[in-house]
Amino acid sequence: MTETLRPREIGRPLERLDGHVKVTGQAVYAYEQPVPDPLYVHPVQATVARGRITEVDTSAAEELPGVVAVLTHRNAPRLASDDDRELWILQDDEVHFRGQFVGAVLAETSETARQAADLVKVGYEQWPHDVELRTDRDDLYAPEQVNAGHATDAETGDVEAALRQAPIVVDHTYTTPMQHNNPMEPHATTAVWDTDGLTLYDSTQGVYVVRRKLAPVLGLEPERIRVVAPHVGGGFGSKGTPHAHNVLACLAARVSGGRPVKLAVTRQQMFAVVGHRTPTIQRIRLGAGTDGRLLALAHEVVEHTARIAEFAEQTATPSRMMYATANRRTTHRLAALDVPPPFWMRAPGEAPGMYAAEVAMDELAVACGLDPIELRARNEPGADPETGRPFSGRRLVECLREGARLFGWDRRDPTPGARLRDGWLEGTGVAAATYPRFLQPGNHAAIRYGEDGCYQVRIAAADIGTGTWTALTQIAADALDVPATAIRLEIGDTDLPEATVAGGSGGLSSWGSAVVGAARAFRDRHGPRPAPGAEATGTVPDNPAAERVSLHSFGAQFAQVLVNADTGEVRVPRMLGVFSVGRVINPRTARSQLVGGMTMGLSAALHEQSVMDPRFGHVIDHDLATYHIAANADVQDVDAVWLDEEDPYANPMGSRGLGEIGIVGAPAAVVNAVHHATGIRVRDLPVTPDRLVAGL
Amino acid sequence: MKPFEYRRAEDAGGAVAAVADRPGAMFLGAGTNLVDHLKLGVARPDLLVDVSRLPYDAIEARPEGGLRIGAAVRNSDMAAHPLVRQRYPVLAAALLAGASGQLRNLATTAGNLLQRTRCPYFQDVTTPCNKREPGTGCSALEGHNRDHAILGASEHCVAVHPSDLAVALTALDAEVRVLGPSGERVIPITELYRLPGDEPDRDTVLGHGDLITAVDLPDLPIAARSAYRKVRERASYAFALVSVAAAVEMRGDGTIAEARVALGGVAHKPWRARRAEEALRDARPEDLRAAADAELADARPLKHNAFKVPMARNTLVAVLRDLIREGEPG
Repeated sequence: MTETLRPREIGRPLERLDGHVKVTGQAVYAYEQPVPDPLYVHPVQATVARGRITEVDTSAAEELPGVVAVLTHRNAPRLASDDDRELWILQDDEVHFRGQFVGAVLAETSETARQAADLVKVGYEQWPHDVELRTDRDDLYAPEQVNAGHATDAETGDVEAALRQAPIVVDHTYTTPMQHNNPMEPHATTAVWDTDGLTLYDSTQGVYVVRRKLAPVLGLEPERIRVVAPHVGGGFGSKGTPHAHNVLACLAARVSGGRPVKLAVTRQQMFAVVGHRTPTIQRIRLGAGTDGRLLALAHEVVEHTARIAEFAEQTATPSRMMYATANRRTTHRLAALDVPPPFWMRAPGEAPGMYAAEVAMDELAVACGLDPIELRARNEPGADPETGRPFSGRRLVECLREGARLFGWDRRDPTPGARLRDGWLEGTGVAAATYPRFLQPGNHAAIRYGEDGCYQVRIAAADIGTGTWTALTQIAADALDVPATAIRLEIGDTDLPEATVAGGSGGLSSWGSAVVGAARAFRDRHGPRPAPGAEATGTVPDNPAAERVSLHSFGAQFAQVLVNADTGEVRVPRMLGVFSVGRVINPRTARSQLVGGMTMGLSAALHEQSVMDPRFGHVIDHDLATYHIAANADVQDVDAVWLDEEDPYANPMGSRGLGEIGIVGAPAAVVNAVHHATGIRVRDLPVTPDRLVAGL
Repeated sequence: MKPFEYRRAEDAGGAVAAVADRPGAMFLGAGTNLVDHLKLGVARPDLLVDVSRLPYDAIEARPEGGLRIGAAVRNSDMAAHPLVRQRYPVLAAALLAGASGQLRNLATTAGNLLQRTRCPYFQDVTTPCNKREPGTGCSALEGHNRDHAILGASEHCVAVHPSDLAVALTALDAEVRVLGPSGERVIPITELYRLPGDEPDRDTVLGHGDLITAVDLPDLPIAARSAYRKVRERASYAFALVSVAAAVEMRGDGTIAEARVALGGVAHKPWRARRAEEALRDARPEDLRAAADAELADARPLKHNAFKVPMARNTLVAVLRDLIREGEPG
């Protein structure tokens, strides 16, 4: 166990410290950074999914007044490393996916750049492409590992034998569609390449990751790149690494004669170049006794990756630690397709995996005639089934029971399709949630006591809308044992001490731990009454006890749905999440994240679906009118609460992180509620009316 | 985006002349659809004539009965107008079912009627589309066509018209007043829109330079008992999977004296359901489904939109059922 802070500022619902500058429009985002005399960059994208560029005619674009340069693979500056193929752009004539950047225009205005980009004529030798994920492909392969370093496959016991002997077997295939992150602020970069080196004002989840990934590509020493990102309008994973547009902006800045360049990815372009979530095809087999106790669990996943860069979503991994069973198999198989590289998106792994797993558990509850909460309680493991270690705190059943109490679950009649009122069928559903605690190595913080009596706390953390400015200030205050008003936080700049990415729900845990380490070093050296100018740096305190336990957050998701009996429209009047996430740093921003996550779950359950046209090889619903994300009217009574607790194994704050657990399980709760309402079991997301109407 | 010249029209005649003179000219209303098309390259005008400030922003009672709605009346204002709400509830409901509050505050009557299909292939200049580029082929026919037409489509185009307002106006037999290069004329809205046939690039019968100046609503007592139902997967800000505009007049014996029905989301134009109307004359509540089936007998679903047949049928029945009940004593 680690020594945890005494919470004084921590736990208070402090209003966002950056709220005023944001609502008054004074917060400066990447594209708005004032730079002298900028040029504007607009990309040219491939219109075939696979092939070779045979001709390029830039003359019409170059003749346009206001155009400064047109970049293609024929004249672009050379890059230094092709280790990351996603970033290796404009270096050769090959096209690996439709929408790939094959050129760019630099112009005096963004309008001219866009017009000129349309005038660049690119001819292709088109090669056959393949973008369709199916389970009967003969080229599915097992990656070396899946995202976050998990093993591709895991097996204990004899699954097949146990399934043969199990009195009750649930065996179904569940699918989730390709999905795209759409943060409100599209990806954008302002790049300045001058004699001092390269400065990027970037919309990113981590300034250091941008520097670290771009340095070898550009052949620069990392110290020659400065990345600045004080405010970021959402990322959800898609800004967790630099993408090709960053490189394109850098190439443009290289040839601009020292003038700054600005590049904003358009909403349509985001559907090709900033990552996506793979579609998943998940076969789940559950074998159980008549008492509902699991005898076997198999969770076998087929998903896609890009031919040029592998990303394997860790979809089946939650099934390794969620429930007790002696016989278990989890596998991941990939098809490498001519698609853009997939990447992190809102709880990669847990979000699609727990959708399928928790719908399957609901199906098992129905098959056993058990209440779905009781079924989960009966399958609680004593220790983490995957590692054998005790959980630092596994309060799943408490979350379920507390949620049942708050939601009124005990009044529920389990009969499906039995509640029709005013043309709407009503139903309720429940699902479990889990998310691992991540603490990322490589975080440092610096503290200086100023002449103004305030403590300057410096760390290159990111606030992507989550509340870092506020919550990290609270942590620093308690770490130094001073009020939050005595903290001057600085984040979002590689001129600050190194910090890791806002990702894996581990941003605040990781940065906060480093701030605590720095605060302890500061007090050790300077005591409670430091002289102005006193300084110290520190890093994450050692926490060997964490190695002996399994650290996961848990939650219970409840949903009430109404399904129109004539049309199949699904509305969600009520959602409730009860979470066990360790200590909550700021209840206001925490609630916002959890409710936001649940809303994303609602959106994934009912709306989100990137439609890939296999003939063309691109996503055709590439805007927010056609790619549906839950809108205000879809989000009604959504509430998130949490157990009052701290996890002393997790970190010095006692927190496990809560950025993503809100989404996990929420789609399953909605889908289980749809079954309760209608008797129709939809196994393919999203549950759109066309999938229900014929069966009503 | 291609640069274009912008002119603000001083008067209607001048606007018509300015557009009629230039093959590459277009009228600009609020631009809620056209500006997207400019950015996407779907529309490439060289002159935009802004008609949104012409004096067509009033809703007036007509001396012969009915209402005249100016072409530049904002959707929000039309939906909120007391006479519209009172005499034509279907119209207010259709307007409020469309777009978002912000868009409705901007969008005009004529612009709403002349908005173009949201077929994703039409809006994507990198894919073939006969409506955007005649002769290139229809990408939706064998592509993703969940949102497309089940009635009246052709092998050249399976797009649907996106307007909710137009569906309600179709049920109400509204008339569209048009000022063209050769003068004024009146077009029944049921004749304004075209089926795609082999000219899917033409949404309407309007010619180049024709300017809609107003929509006339007839004096229509039946419209007092009317409703609009839009079926969509999101509760707001989504185009119709199917929609139904309907009005009924009942007799004292519980039979239907007359019904007006139009469907949205099913065809290249707002679909006046005349077969259903025929079947509903003198019908009883238990005959509603047969009337709906009569209308949909010719439906030709595509690969992904067979669901629209039961959805349209069920919705039509539900809307009529509710309208019939509306008049029943408590």
